[in-house]
Amino acid sequence: MEKISLMEHEPVENSGFSKSKLPRRSFLQFTGAGLAGVALLAAGCKKEFGGTETLDTAVDLGSGDVGILNYAYALEQLEAAFYIMVVEKMYASATALEKSYFHDICRHEVAHREFFKNALGANAIPDLEFDFSSIDFGSRDSVLATSKAFEDLGVSAYNGAGQLIESPDYLLLAGKIVSVEARHAASIRDLIENGSFANMEVIDANGLDVVRTPAEVLAIAGTYIVTPINASNLPTS
Amino acid sequence: MNLVNLLEEIEKVDGDVYERLSPRRKAMKSFFDKGTKIALASVPFALGSMFKKAYGQSTDDIIGVLNFALTLEHLEYCYYERGYRLAPIPEGAAKSAIKTIRDHEKAHVAFLETAIKSVGGTPVKSANYDFTAKGTFPTVFSDYATFLAVAQAFEDTGVRAYKGQAANLISSNPVLTAALQIHSVEARHAAHIRSMRRANSFAMVKPWITGNESGIGAAAQASYDGEELDTQAGIQITNINGKDIPFDSATESFDEPLTKAQVTAIVTPFFA
Repeated sequence: MEKISLMEHEPVENSGFSKSKLPRRSFLQFTGAGLAGVALLAAGCKKEFGGTETLDTAVDLGSGDVGILNYAYALEQLEAAFYIMVVEKMYASATALEKSYFHDICRHEVAHREFFKNALGANAIPDLEFDFSSIDFGSRDSVLATSKAFEDLGVSAYNGAGQLIESPDYLLLAGKIVSVEARHAASIRDLIENGSFANMEVIDANGLDVVRTPAEVLAIAGTYIVTPINASNLPTS
Repeated sequence: MNLVNLLEEIEKVDGDVYERLSPRRKAMKSFFDKGTKIALASVPFALGSMFKKAYGQSTDDIIGVLNFALTLEHLEYCYYERGYRLAPIPEGAAKSAIKTIRDHEKAHVAFLETAIKSVGGTPVKSANYDFTAKGTFPTVFSDYATFLAVAQAFEDTGVRAYKGQAANLISSNPVLTAALQIHSVEARHAAHIRSMRRANSFAMVKPWITGNESGIGAAAQASYDGEELDTQAGIQITNINGKDIPFDSATESFDEPLTKAQVTAIVTPFFA
């Protein structure tokens, strides 16, 4: 948990057009290139990143919109697995309100997970394996802190994935889900500290929420994902 | 990797790239001229608009969406600005939360104005508002519960409005991303306002939208109609794959968009 908390406070790429301090690579990722531009940006970035580590045994998220949907599916698998554990092991001090939140959120995340599974069909990645041994499910603090980290991470992941999606239909679906994740994030945050639903940890001076790239998200989520994941074929712009 | 490299890369597959970009040759030249000072905030937009133009997509459409968003943000900011001063909001956590939300809406206004100007557009101005909505909410600034109810409707409508416009921004990555960043902030606001309503004795209101229930009444129903959808991309979510997902949870799991016309109809009564 320490690690997640730390990463959460690190500066993030919050906006493509208001931050003069953006590294050049980010700047290019944020330029709204047309189709040819997209393909070449991807090529250019790959070159800059150097050889991408490919694990033969890793689960390949795939490329294009399928890759992004699998990326979302992986995150929803993580969230659903976590909340199933939370509900099963519900910490003893949980209030009626907290229980009702966790039951609801658990169902939402399972619904998201199963939706992606069905939408992806034969293209869906297999079930991932998770390791939640670092979380004390009997501890309110541990459960809420992890929930907060996962929900804020989910919001930043969908916010960052939007521009990687080509199909307007999938973009809308991502939009339908991300606002529910944001509602979760706000509610969990308020359980930890009332009024922290959208504080400066997550909202910048322009009033914008956090954005993370798939690489950033998977680096954080990777703490809990046992199954190796190959995200190198995901679109980069 | 820099812009010159990028254009060279593009030229390898699109030999006409410089021709396509020629209407903005002057702008491009300024990118290469390190002595030219371009407002950094405008650079990605300017670059984005070059490509839009080159590949037949419209900057005007994007300005239109941004001005639509700005119209809503003006409305929201003014609502909270007045509400913070006038409504009987309890001191402490409640008042502090309204201040937080007010300040975000103010930041959104400033951000969108800057964004619109940076692509050569003219930001719409703040209007005169009637937050009673022509008498529908006569106690909006004298009754705390009514103030929160209207706030909830504004936030949930705002979330749906941004969601409905996402596809219209798909050609511009920086604008789309920024819109998504605002969208999720509005959803955080909505969740908190709903929690404030629950705490203020409306026990049934959850942070997420159940069915098409507003907990407000007929006056706000248009902001919630359509939220009862439980089929996404042709896939029924209720009890999906045999999982325990009741209809209510299925509808809560996905927020639904509104069209610009629907949103306009909802907010029009609030314009004096």
